[in-house]
Amino acid sequence: MAAIAQSGFREPNLLMKIASRPTALIGLLVIVAMIVLALLAPLISPYDPAQLAVRDRLQGPSWQHLFGTDDLGRDVLTRVLYSGRTSITVGFAVVIFSSIIGVFLGLMAGFFRRLDTPVSRLIDAMMAFPDILLAIALVAALGASATNVVIALGVVYAPRLARVVRASTLVIRELPYVEAARALGVPTHVTLVRHVLRNVTSPLLVQATFIFANAILAEAGLSFLGVGISPDIPTWGTMISVGRQYLDQAPWIMWFPGGAIIITVLSLQLVGDGLRDFLDPRLAKDV
Amino acid sequence: MSTSFDGDFQSIMIRSALNRIFGMLVVMALVVTIVFVIVRVTPGDPAAVMLGPDATAADIASLRQRLGLDASIPEQFVSYVGGVLRGDFGQSIFLNMPVTSALMQRAEPTFFLTIFSLAIATLIALPVGVLSAYWRGSVFDQAATALAMFAASIPSFWLGLIFMQVFAVQLGWFDTSGYGGPGASFGERMHHLVLPAVTLGLISSALITRFTRASMLDVLNDDYVRTARSKGMSEWRVVVKHALKNALIPILTVIGLTAALLVSGAIVTETVFGLPGVGSLIVSAVLRRDYPLIQGALLVVAGLYVLVNFIIDMLYLVVDPRVRY
Repeated sequence: MAAIAQSGFREPNLLMKIASRPTALIGLLVIVAMIVLALLAPLISPYDPAQLAVRDRLQGPSWQHLFGTDDLGRDVLTRVLYSGRTSITVGFAVVIFSSIIGVFLGLMAGFFRRLDTPVSRLIDAMMAFPDILLAIALVAALGASATNVVIALGVVYAPRLARVVRASTLVIRELPYVEAARALGVPTHVTLVRHVLRNVTSPLLVQATFIFANAILAEAGLSFLGVGISPDIPTWGTMISVGRQYLDQAPWIMWFPGGAIIITVLSLQLVGDGLRDFLDPRLAKDV
Repeated sequence: MSTSFDGDFQSIMIRSALNRIFGMLVVMALVVTIVFVIVRVTPGDPAAVMLGPDATAADIASLRQRLGLDASIPEQFVSYVGGVLRGDFGQSIFLNMPVTSALMQRAEPTFFLTIFSLAIATLIALPVGVLSAYWRGSVFDQAATALAMFAASIPSFWLGLIFMQVFAVQLGWFDTSGYGGPGASFGERMHHLVLPAVTLGLISSALITRFTRASMLDVLNDDYVRTARSKGMSEWRVVVKHALKNALIPILTVIGLTAALLVSGAIVTETVFGLPGVGSLIVSAVLRRDYPLIQGALLVVAGLYVLVNFIIDMLYLVVDPRVRY
């Protein structure tokens, strides 16, 4: 029974196998580099992200300011690095929050037959709302702040995770070791956590990686529209929004934060694809 | 005997269609409930939040009455659902007009933007996806797959700004923003949609390309394709007449769903290009906390999505007799 419980999606050396796919390895290395750069921002850049230098405003890229300066003379590279902290943190927090809701809903729908239809219909209804639209409506209701952006995007992406968890739970529920656990009188919550949840982590991980990427894009969109995180906190979206006003004079203000978003999202997609291909050999063969 | 089979088949079809209609109505009811709940999760009094810090108690009380917020929550819900069933989505606070009229007034740019974007996305994605699957593993396939992934990683508003910088600011081929003013001809108005439509179309093409490729890969290895080849049929006929025809159902699904999702893309793109469409209306409604308008927009967009999904499922039922709901 224990052997079966250990089989399925849980394979040893997951990281090693992902790393064996060159594109996934590149994605993994780049995303790690982005996180390290964001964390080490104060050490890397000699400038303060909020330091005003009106005399230096709208300067193009140079040795002094590699990514140029913005409308208030602030160093764009510094702000891109500090914005990375916000954007990546928000994206990660969205993954955690949506996973908590999604796993709970998915396990309930997949494991308890009576709850399947109502929870599945709720998931369908939630997924009828385009992500940005539902997120801005929720942020409008809750108020604009980093926490509320996380809550809003968490609610938006939770149904996607719930679907994945439900689908896996439906399969795992019928496996002999789960039936054996039931027959042995193992309490339901223990069966759910020890036997079911452990075996849905891999498909969950794949979906969570894509949600991480989508959350970064969505957060940038909300900040760009001015309905997300406070404009005082640097984010890639707010930087692009500022750069938009200086498109003809200083386009670099929006070039670099956009580039940072693309690199981060692309890396996460590569990692997600690598994970999926590894976990689903049929797809790996097709790709 | 065949009559009995046809009768059974028809009754199964009707039962499946009724099941699907019931499912759609349940989802729509939940959508209406979610839209109703969203405004109620506002911390504090929604009327006070809408009017801002300078509002007097009398103003707040008057707005509460106008929005029906002084009734109990169940009463508010019944009244809201009743309104929705009559096609009355309430009154926009700031525009001072019915929400439906406000949405209809702004529908034209969004409608054409969606149509053009979808056309561009499909025209790019279908041939690229088909050829990518046909030449699986080739340089073309790898380049197309990489480009599709790259396109899916670009924020639409950033790509829009890049296009604006190059084609409007530097080359001067297009206006940077707007929809041509009140007296603009249809052609002028459509000219303003070129850059936004290309922006949205390119980004949407990523998803359709990946789906087309995957669907084609599924069918290209099927027995009937092999049989068609063994009968000496030309490759063009094999790919288009046999493989693409069968791969088209899932592709049409993703095209249909992309159409519904493009409305979401339009929110950001319309803001970038200053288009007076539903998307920019929603953003201004959010900034002004015009809750009835936000609710109406949510309901219309989600309703469209559910409807498109339903139509696709019904088409499935007609096209593929194996499908059951």
